[in-house]
Amino acid sequence: MQAPDHLPLLRKLLIITVLMFGFGFALVPLYDVFCDLTGLNGKTSTMAATADRAVTDQQRTITIEFLAKPDPKMPWRFEPEVRQIQVHPGEIKVVHYAAENPTSALMVAQAVPSVSPGQAALYFNKMECFCFQRQTLKAGEKLMMPLQFYVDPALPAQFSTITLSYTMYDVTQHSPAATGAAVYQTGK
Amino acid sequence: MANTMYHRCSLLALLCVDSAIAAEMPLNMTRGVTEISQKVYDLHMTIFYICCAIGLVVFGAMFWSILHHRKAKGVQPAQFHESTKVELLWTAIPVVILILMAIPATRTLIAMEDTSKSEVTVLITGSQWKWHYKYLEYPVEYYSLLATPAKQIQNKLRKNENYLLEVDRPLVIPTGKKVRFLMTSDDVIHSWWVPAFAVKKDANPGFINEAWTQVEQPGTYRGQCAELCGKDHGFMPIVVVAKTPEDFNSWIQAEGERLAKLKAAEQELLSMQMTMPDAMALGEKVYQGYCAACHQPTGTGLPGVFPALKGSKIATEAAQKGTHIDIVLHGKTGTAMQAFAKQLSLQEIAAVITYERNAWDNNTGDLVQAADIQAAKNGQKE
Amino acid sequence: MSTISTDTDQHADPHTADHGHHHPPAGFKRWFYTTNHKDIGTLYLLFALTMFFIGGLMAMVIRAELFQPGLQLVEPAFFNQMTTVHGLIMVFGAVMPAFTGLANWLIPMMIGAPDMALPRMNNWSFWILPFAFAILLMSLFMEGGGPGFGWTFYAPLSTKYSGDSTALFVFSVHIMGISSIMGAINVIVTIFNLRAPGMTWMKMPLFVWTWLITAFLLIAVMPVLAGTVTMVLTDKYFGTSFFDAAGGGDPVLFQHIFWFFGHPEVYIMILPAFGIVSSIVPTFSRKPLFGYASMVYATSSIALLSFLVWAHHMFTTGMPVFAELFFMYCTMLIAVPTGVKVFNWVATMWRGALTFEVPMMFAIAFIVLFTIGGFSGLMLAITPADFQYHDTYFVVAHFHYVLVTGAIFSIIAAAYYWLPKWTGHMYDETLGQWHFWCSLISVNLLFFPMHFVGLAGMPRRIPDYALQFADFNALISIGGFAFGLSQLLFLWVIVKCINGGKPATNQVWEGAEGLEWQLTSPPPYHSFTTPPDVK
Repeated sequence: MQAPDHLPLLRKLLIITVLMFGFGFALVPLYDVFCDLTGLNGKTSTMAATADRAVTDQQRTITIEFLAKPDPKMPWRFEPEVRQIQVHPGEIKVVHYAAENPTSALMVAQAVPSVSPGQAALYFNKMECFCFQRQTLKAGEKLMMPLQFYVDPALPAQFSTITLSYTMYDVTQHSPAATGAAVYQTGK
Repeated sequence: MANTMYHRCSLLALLCVDSAIAAEMPLNMTRGVTEISQKVYDLHMTIFYICCAIGLVVFGAMFWSILHHRKAKGVQPAQFHESTKVELLWTAIPVVILILMAIPATRTLIAMEDTSKSEVTVLITGSQWKWHYKYLEYPVEYYSLLATPAKQIQNKLRKNENYLLEVDRPLVIPTGKKVRFLMTSDDVIHSWWVPAFAVKKDANPGFINEAWTQVEQPGTYRGQCAELCGKDHGFMPIVVVAKTPEDFNSWIQAEGERLAKLKAAEQELLSMQMTMPDAMALGEKVYQGYCAACHQPTGTGLPGVFPALKGSKIATEAAQKGTHIDIVLHGKTGTAMQAFAKQLSLQEIAAVITYERNAWDNNTGDLVQAADIQAAKNGQKE
Repeated sequence: MSTISTDTDQHADPHTADHGHHHPPAGFKRWFYTTNHKDIGTLYLLFALTMFFIGGLMAMVIRAELFQPGLQLVEPAFFNQMTTVHGLIMVFGAVMPAFTGLANWLIPMMIGAPDMALPRMNNWSFWILPFAFAILLMSLFMEGGGPGFGWTFYAPLSTKYSGDSTALFVFSVHIMGISSIMGAINVIVTIFNLRAPGMTWMKMPLFVWTWLITAFLLIAVMPVLAGTVTMVLTDKYFGTSFFDAAGGGDPVLFQHIFWFFGHPEVYIMILPAFGIVSSIVPTFSRKPLFGYASMVYATSSIALLSFLVWAHHMFTTGMPVFAELFFMYCTMLIAVPTGVKVFNWVATMWRGALTFEVPMMFAIAFIVLFTIGGFSGLMLAITPADFQYHDTYFVVAHFHYVLVTGAIFSIIAAAYYWLPKWTGHMYDETLGQWHFWCSLISVNLLFFPMHFVGLAGMPRRIPDYALQFADFNALISIGGFAFGLSQLLFLWVIVKCINGGKPATNQVWEGAEGLEWQLTSPPPYHSFTTPPDVK
C-alpha cells in the first residue's frame, strides 16, 4: 500500500490550531467591540461624544443616579456632588465629583465607569469626563471633576432610571506621570 | 430541630430516616414569596412535567423492548434501519414542545429584568467573605457577617437551628414596595442569592448589576453566596428581613441616628486614650471577628497563603508600625488583604493593631490610639 | 510490512511478547518508545484508569467532609483544592485520555488501517500527559496548596487572589492542551488519509464519525483554553489586565472566553460516548443501527450549536435580556438533535433480539441516565429557572449524570465490549454483572438526591452546609463511597481478563459487525497491513 502524504493535511490542521489560539486573544478586542455595540457589560464609551442632538424631549424625564467609590485598597475620598438628578433626554447636564488625596504623596488614579442597565450605556453620552484620562492629585490635593453628558432621546421607553457607577483605581505604579515624584504606594 | 448528635449517629440510624427530620428539607424548589418567584416555580414545574412525560414515552418504549424483544424469548430481529417519516416526526415534535416552553420563559424573563419604578434602592457590595449593604435613599450602610460561632462549625458546640444561615445584621427591606438591588464587589466575584425571591445575581468587581424584588409578607428570608469566592465561600450567608413600611421607616430612622451618633462619638474618641488592657480586650474581639479567618486565631497564618503575624517583622519591629497601620487601613494590593478603613472604626483599628503587636509573644509594648489611625488615614506617615 | 503476527498475550507480559516482524524493545523501553497504536491506546487507557482512581479518591475526601455538617476532616481551603483538582483530573485526566485511548485502539482497526497516521506524534502526545498531571498533583504539596479556584478558574479569584500554584496549574493545562491537540490532529489525519478502499464517509462506523467531529472540536477550542490560561498567567505575573477592571479589563470577559472553550468541551466528552453506544446497542439488539445518517447529522449539528450556547453558563452575570434570550433559545435547540439520538437508540432496540451482557447493560443505563441528565439540562436552559438552579447541587447533579453515568458509563461499556478483542480473553461475566449492578445502584444513590438538595437551595463548592441538608448529604456520601468501592470490582475484572480467561473468538459477540471483528482476538500488532475489503 502506497503510504499517503500526511504533510499537507497536518499543515492545515496546525494552521487552524494556531489561528484558534490567536482567536482566543482576538476575543478580547472583539468583546470590547461587541460591548460597544450592544452594551453587554454596561461600559460607557471611552471617547468624548459630540452634542449633535440638540433636540430635547421635554415629555420624558429620566432619573440618573450617581455612585462612586474608591477601590477599597485606595485611600482617596471620591464621591459625587449629587446623588441623583432628573434630566430630559437630549438635555446637556454637568455634574461634579469630588476627589481628595489625603496622603502625603502624589497619586494617579483611573476611574472606571459602569452603567446599569447595561444597554442604557449605549444612550448615555459623555461629552467630557474625568474618566477619559488618569487623574493626578498631589499630596493633600482636592479636586472637583466635571462630567458633562446627555442622554440620547432614542433611549428605549423601558428605561426610566440609569445608574452610573464609578470605581476609582490606584494606577500610580503604572503611571509615567508619577516617576521620580514622591509616590504613594499602597500597602508596600 | 435537628440535633447534632443525631448526625453523629451510626450509619444504621442514618438509613432509618427519621420522618420529622426528613420533612425539614423541601424536596422541591421553593415557591418563594414574590410574584416572580411563584412564576419561576410554575415554569420549573411545567418543564419538569414535560420532561417526565417525554421520559415516560421514551423509557416506556425502551422497557417494552427490553421485556418483549429479547433473544431469550426466541424472537427474530427485524432488520429495518431507517424511516424518514418517523425521523422527521421526532425532530418536529420536540421543536414544537420547545417553542411552547420558550413562550412563558421569555415572558417571565422580561418581567424579571424590569428594574424600573423602584421605591427603595440598596447597593450590595460583596467582599471576602461578607456583604455590605448601603441604602441609597437613607444615610444607612453596614456590613453583614456570619453570626454562627466558630465553635459550632468546629463541632465543639451544638449547632443552632439556622446554622450557617444567620448574620449579625440582616438586610431590612419594606414589604409591598419594589426594592431594587445594585450589586458590585470589592474583590472577587460573589453572587447574591435569596431563593425565596428568585433573585440570584453576580456581584462583579468594577461593574454593577441590577435585580429587584417586591415582598408582600413580613418575614425573614435566608440565602447564601452562590459563586465560589475563595476559602470561606461557604460562610457568607444572606439574611433579609422584610418589615411593614411603618416598621421599616422607624427601623431605618433609628439606624440612621445610631450611625450618626457613632460617627460623632468617633470624633470624641480621637482625644481619648485607651488603656492597654482595654485596647487588648477590644482588639482581641475585633481580631477574632475580622482577621482570624485568614491569619488564624493564634496569628500563625496559613503558610503560603496567609502570612503569619506572630513574630512577623511588620507586627514586631518598631520601624514597621507605620506600615502595619497602613496595611490594615488600606489593604495590600495583589493579595487577599483587605482595606479595613471603612469597615472598622478608628478605635477598633487602633485596638486590633495594638492586639496584633502584643499578642502571641509579639510583646512590643506598642499602644496605638485612635488619633494615630486618624493621622495615618490622612497620610501623615510616621 | 507483510506478515500479520499472531501474538496472543502482548499486554499481559511485555517481556515475553513476540511481535512477529517488528520486535519492539522489551520492558520500559518498549512502552516509552512505542509508536504502535495499540500500545499507545493501552497506555492511554491505563493512565485514564489511574487518574480515575486518583480523582475518585479526591471525590471521597469531598464526600467524607460533607458526610456531616460542620468542619471535621479538612480545612475549607483544602476542600476547595479537592473540588478543583478532582474536576481537572476527571475532565482532562480520566475522560479525555480514555476516549483518546479508545480512538487509538479502535479507529485504525475500524477503518482498515495498519496504524495511526502519525505514530511518533502519537507517542509524544501520550508521554507528555503524565508530566502534566505530575505537575498538577505536585502543586497540592506546595506551600499554600494547589489551585483552589474551581476547575473553571474564574478571574479574578484565579489571578489577583490565587497562590503561586497557579503558575503550575497554567503550565500543566498547557501540556494537557498540547497533548489533546496532537491526539486530535492524529485522529483527523488517520481518518482522512488511511481509510481502506471502499470505506466511504457514510460507511464509517459511528464511533469514527463522532471522534472525527470531536477531534475538530478539540483543535477549535483547546487553543482557546490555552489562550485563556495564558491570559490568567500574564494577568497574575506580568501586569496585563485582561480581566481586571482597574486596568480596563472585565472579569466577565474571562467567563465568555472560558465557556467558549468550556461548552464545546462538554461535547468533546460526550460525542465519542454517543459513538460507543451506537456501536454497542446494534450488536446486542442483533439489528442495524436505526437512522445512521440522522445520527451523523445530529452529531454535527450538536457540535456546531455548541459554539453558540456558551453564555448559558453565565446567565447570572448580568447580561442584557436579548442576550439571555438568544442563549436560552440556542440551548433549548440542542435538545432536538440530542433527542434524535436517544430516539434512534430506542428504535434500534425496538423489535430486536436483545441480550444483556455487561456492555449492553452499561449502554442501556447510559441511555436512561444520560437522558435524565439531558432533561435537567433542558431545565437549566430556561433562564428564569436557571437563576434558581445556577451554582447549586442541581447543577452538580446535572453534570454528573451527563459525565459519570454518561461519559464514564460509556467508557466502561466500551472497555467490556472491546476487552475480549484487545486481550483475546472473555472477561468474567458474573463479576461484570456485579460491577454493573453495584455501580448502577450506588451512582443513583450518589447523584439523584443531589437534585433535591440543589432545589432546596444548597450551593455547590461549600465545605459545610445548613442543617436541613444533613440527611441527604449523608445519603449522598454513602452512595459516593459505595460507587467508589464498586469501581474496585472493575479493576478486578480488568486484571483478571488480562491475565486469562475463556479465549475470545474473532467476532466475540454474535451480533457484532465492523472491521475490527474480522481481525484475530487479540489483533495483530499492525492491524491491517493489507487493506481489507469493505462491503
